[in-house]
Amino acid sequence: MCLAIPGKIKSIDYQYDGLVRMAQISFGGITKEASLDMVPQAQVGDYVLVHVGVAISVVDEEEAQKSFQYLAEIGELDELTESSQIDRHPL
Amino acid sequence: MKHLTEYRSVELVEQYVAELHRTATRPWTLMEVCGGQTHSLVKNGLLNLLPPSITMVHGPGCPVCVTPLNLIDKAVYLAEERGVMLCSFGDMIRVPGSQKSLLDAKAAGADVRILYSPLEAVRLARENPHRDVVFFAVGFETTAPANALSVLQARQLGLKNYSILASHVLVPPAMEAVMQDADTNIQSFLAAGHVCAIMGLDEYLPLVRRYGLPIVVTGFEPVDLLQGILMAVRQLERGEARLENQYVRVVRPEGNPEARRIIGQVFETVDREWRGIGTIPGSGWAVRPELADFDADKKFAVTIAKAPECPDCIAGLVLKGIKKPHECSQFGRACTPERPLGAPMVSSEGACAAYYHFASVETQDVASLQISKL
Repeated sequence: MCLAIPGKIKSIDYQYDGLVRMAQISFGGITKEASLDMVPQAQVGDYVLVHVGVAISVVDEEEAQKSFQYLAEIGELDELTESSQIDRHPL
Repeated sequence: MKHLTEYRSVELVEQYVAELHRTATRPWTLMEVCGGQTHSLVKNGLLNLLPPSITMVHGPGCPVCVTPLNLIDKAVYLAEERGVMLCSFGDMIRVPGSQKSLLDAKAAGADVRILYSPLEAVRLARENPHRDVVFFAVGFETTAPANALSVLQARQLGLKNYSILASHVLVPPAMEAVMQDADTNIQSFLAAGHVCAIMGLDEYLPLVRRYGLPIVVTGFEPVDLLQGILMAVRQLERGEARLENQYVRVVRPEGNPEARRIIGQVFETVDREWRGIGTIPGSGWAVRPELADFDADKKFAVTIAKAPECPDCIAGLVLKGIKKPHECSQFGRACTPERPLGAPMVSSEGACAAYYHFASVETQDVASLQISKL
């Protein structure tokens, strides 16, 4: 329930007629949307920990890679996709 | 079957385990509060690597497990009788209410949807202006910012058809409740890393002082957990009681102030009922009165009589760490993940389900540090 998955910010865009700022985040080949409202300093290229569609903290790249690899190996990435074919390449 | 990665290497795990065996000279009882940590301890077979003198007791930190029966009944009622689009995190929908689960309601034709994020529910509300959309907002401090943000987004977008059925619970008051139980024998806590990523460290200091307990903020991976346990045991062996942070790479001492600001805009602290435990003072967050339009409980004014819990289920004792899952007479017999009697057998973070899926805890092959994927 408190699982947070690290991903890389690919782009930041405004939605709902510019009202809401959202980011496209790459999780090892899977792209999902997340809010950056909790990490206003985060920029494109940064790595963030994402929990239920909201980035909760910025993490460094090395930590992100290691955490993601661990989560992939132990099979904890189901919430990203219905498919179990997770791309194991770097984020 | 896969081996642990280099970073969580077998060598590193073995080093921590060896150091724990050297360090622990007496019996110690520690509680990991967080269900995610329980899941990781059991799934990775770590409990069998610990010295026999160290007992890990599993805490009440599974939001799905402690969501009151009555609230699940309300969610089912809203979906079935009020025709709302009831959206929820996946692990909530299989939890049995007094009559049925949300999954049962869905099977019977109610509009129940499993979502990854409450922000998706806001999108659904915007796309379906003639439907009432309710998000079942459960969780600890980690999840509260996302649920709060969904309310702020809905307000910003002028949506009148979005509300949350909120049952937020807070970790420190639950730790307090565990310590105040006469039957408790907890000597140290591992605090939940991602909760502290939001809330910071300060709110644990009173517990450290009041009960003379070491508290170690800990991550979720095998090496994190072993390191956290080692830090706690070292303190216990030295007769110390300090707050330490094992999860420095994610948890800053001040937490995430921006997230707390957003939480404060939407939620206020209230007394909260915990399933299997009872009401814990100041242990929950509810939608602030000025945002009542976004509070499904007020908006739909649902009153449902409280139904009794299943008398055979000892979930309350399991959640408080007084009993282990396999000490329940129903464990694996009348109560299985397919036909759960209580919530801890439903969620993957519930202690009962973790034991059912990944243990026999007592008989796992200690020599093999391999992870089996279900």
